[in-house]
Amino acid sequence: MIEKLENYPLLKQVYQNLENRFAGALLGATFEKDELCVTADRSNLISILEFLKNDNGFNALNDMVGLDNMNTKKEGEKRFTILYLLYRFPGSARIRIKVDIDENETLPSIYSLYRASDWAEREIYDMFGLNFSGHPGLTRIYMPDEFKDFPLRKDFPLEGK
Amino acid sequence: MAFKEILLNMGPQHPSTHGVLRLKVALDNEVVMKVTPVLGYLHRGMEKLFENRTYQQITPLTDRFDYLAAISNNLGYLLAVEKLMGIEVPKRAQYIRVIFTELQRLASHLAWVGFFANDIGAMSVLLYGFIEREDILEIFEEYSGARLTVHAFRVGGVPTDINDKIIDMINTFILKLPKRIADIETLLTGNRIWKHRTIGVGVISPEDAISLGLTGPSLRSTGIKWDIRKDIPYSSYQDFQFEVPTSANGDLYDRYVLRLEEIKQSMRIIRQALDTLPQGETLTKVPRVLKIAPGEVFHSIEAPKGELGFYIKSNGTDKPERVKMKSPSFINMQSLETMCLGNLFADIVAVLGSLDIVLGEIDK
Amino acid sequence: MSNSLAADLIIPIIKIIIVGLFPLIMVMVMVWLERRVVAFIQLRLGPNRVGFQGILQPIVDAIKLFFKEDITHTGVDKVLFNISPVLVLFSSILAFCFIPLGGTMQIGTYNLNFWVAESPVGLLLIIGISSISVFGVIFGGWSSNSKYPLLGALRSVVQILSYEIPVAFSVLSIIFFSQSMNMIDIVNRQKDAGIWYGFMLPVSFVIFWISVVAETNRAPFDLPEAESELVAGFHTEYSGIKFAYFYMAEYAHMVLASSLAVVLFFGGWLPPFPNVAALSFLHVIPGFVWYLLKIMFFLYLFIWIRGTFPRYRFDELVRLAWKWLIPLSLLNILVIAFVRSFA
Repeated sequence: MIEKLENYPLLKQVYQNLENRFAGALLGATFEKDELCVTADRSNLISILEFLKNDNGFNALNDMVGLDNMNTKKEGEKRFTILYLLYRFPGSARIRIKVDIDENETLPSIYSLYRASDWAEREIYDMFGLNFSGHPGLTRIYMPDEFKDFPLRKDFPLEGK
Repeated sequence: MAFKEILLNMGPQHPSTHGVLRLKVALDNEVVMKVTPVLGYLHRGMEKLFENRTYQQITPLTDRFDYLAAISNNLGYLLAVEKLMGIEVPKRAQYIRVIFTELQRLASHLAWVGFFANDIGAMSVLLYGFIEREDILEIFEEYSGARLTVHAFRVGGVPTDINDKIIDMINTFILKLPKRIADIETLLTGNRIWKHRTIGVGVISPEDAISLGLTGPSLRSTGIKWDIRKDIPYSSYQDFQFEVPTSANGDLYDRYVLRLEEIKQSMRIIRQALDTLPQGETLTKVPRVLKIAPGEVFHSIEAPKGELGFYIKSNGTDKPERVKMKSPSFINMQSLETMCLGNLFADIVAVLGSLDIVLGEIDK
Repeated sequence: MSNSLAADLIIPIIKIIIVGLFPLIMVMVMVWLERRVVAFIQLRLGPNRVGFQGILQPIVDAIKLFFKEDITHTGVDKVLFNISPVLVLFSSILAFCFIPLGGTMQIGTYNLNFWVAESPVGLLLIIGISSISVFGVIFGGWSSNSKYPLLGALRSVVQILSYEIPVAFSVLSIIFFSQSMNMIDIVNRQKDAGIWYGFMLPVSFVIFWISVVAETNRAPFDLPEAESELVAGFHTEYSGIKFAYFYMAEYAHMVLASSLAVVLFFGGWLPPFPNVAALSFLHVIPGFVWYLLKIMFFLYLFIWIRGTFPRYRFDELVRLAWKWLIPLSLLNILVIAFVRSFA
């Protein structure tokens, strides 16, 4: 892993910091197409993000992406994935934190760290039906309040219903 | 007298909510206590739609996000797809892409200046901006046949080369534009009422701006020099000389001045690109049925409104597993309340105008 | 006998009808002119289809508005809701009784005066009557039982109350010189003085003009109906003919304000340099035409301002009145009184 980052001193430094701090807690890391992606567990998500923000300067949340792996997941894997896209200025480094989560599980809200996550978490709640604990007002953002389903789940039909 | 809040509902039908946006506003007399945007009136489920379309079919759909800057959306999406496929776009195509995205930036900024001024009551500027934008749309029409939803680029490059007529049109336009910008500046920049309405209004601190994820001119107006064209160059932006204007106050006036300055910088880029346009191919060979091996990628560009990013996850078929768009308007909109609190009711409209939002992009 | 009947009854009735129609005709001209002029400022064409250059457009608009469904939604105070458009339009038309639209014309032995009524306190009456319209605005905004009209009406009250004061003070400086509040006398004194008061008292005129633009709710002071914030302000809930009343009243107020500016500061029906013998041929042109030309200039100024300036914010509008215009007009009065008593 480290050798892939040889030409990227900044990311290498960040990755080493993460390795040192959360030795066994990181579930995996990939580096493809110039993008560093670290898989974390939802129990230490907040501490990783705090570490990245406070000690490594990743001061902004770029976006949060929800993924429904219903069709591609292997046996025993969790159905959903949440991605936290972080970046920092100056230095223009980006990092992606990946957390797997199941339908009935709850992720901690990162609103206290990044205020940008307010609407991003609401969007994921609206589209995938995943809950974030500690969010100031987790309501649907696009769909009407009385809507029952979650449109971006893979089992939501494209037409009909 | 006991304080009683007025709850005011702005929109979805309201003359100045830039589309179908609804704001729930709580007022103490005319002082804003709370602003809650209610979204979703234009939600078309685009991201769901993307999962059921091939990669090429998605490109024209991206036009419908930010319909005032359709080409920027095309570029953002295509760069992400190309990065995912790992293909290189010919140099000439990259330059043509730069020319058209910068023209699109001009169009978007000109429309913005007009709408913003119109929100503050200077309605002539709207038309001044639009008459120049019209010329840009004519260039687009000459190139692609469409004016608004242009679908100008394809996976692997641009579909057609630009001809002499288009180059002439662009050159004439670039010569003509500074005069119109000067007109707008005469009407607004030094105007006392304009300054009263914009200086010190809608202020956001750099810390708040970063925490809220603000990008684009709104972020640069707080003094943070962050332009993806400079910091993470894409599509040959490293070949061109241009400045990234910043200012320190983070208020409406700064955003206005910055955008006018960006218009000038964009003209510089277009001029350089036309002068140094390399010869060669404009489209790399791309298979007709585009099957992309499983992988994921995030790529962002500097759209007129801020950072526009596309996250694409492929699954080996000709359709993506997931496309997530990071839209600048969505992020900008989120910071509306922070900028409005404590200001007057009339300032909501001004701040909303300054954020440069397009509801098609917010609601996806 | 029959002669005096004509002089005492028929002619005044005809005059009343003409003076009642005059503002309405001017409203039509203004609606067309405003749309065309603003269009040209904005590099557009404006309405140019109905009639020559679109001059019939206001008539078509009026027909449309008169036949439109008149919606009175639930929860309104019906009496006030219906009375307020009338009050607004009526007050602005009534004030024209005291405006001299021209001089006196000799027809045989009969002296035809171009005004309906001459009153020793004409100026006061005009200001008083035109201020009644603020009641129409308040009633209209309040009785609509809706938030946007209410906010619009509140703004309107503050605005009109604030700007009434500088208007009064700037008019006061005229009275120092004219020694009369009779509108006809004021014009005649300007003839005697040989100089229009607008050139003699430029500061008063500037204060007057700014305040009058504010009082007519025109851009850049069009806050009560600031469309980008308050939709349509106090008349948001009105439709059809009642809306047309408010619409006409706004233009009638502009005509009234221009007429006041012309009569008080620019010599009413007088031609330029009325006492210069070399220019005496200008007297051939009737006074009414001079008056019309002058008010057209000021009406054009209204449109020009609208096409150019952004809108003030509410607090700045009030600040402008209380921090600048009122102190300035007080100082102005003081200086004028000082000069007047020692010169």
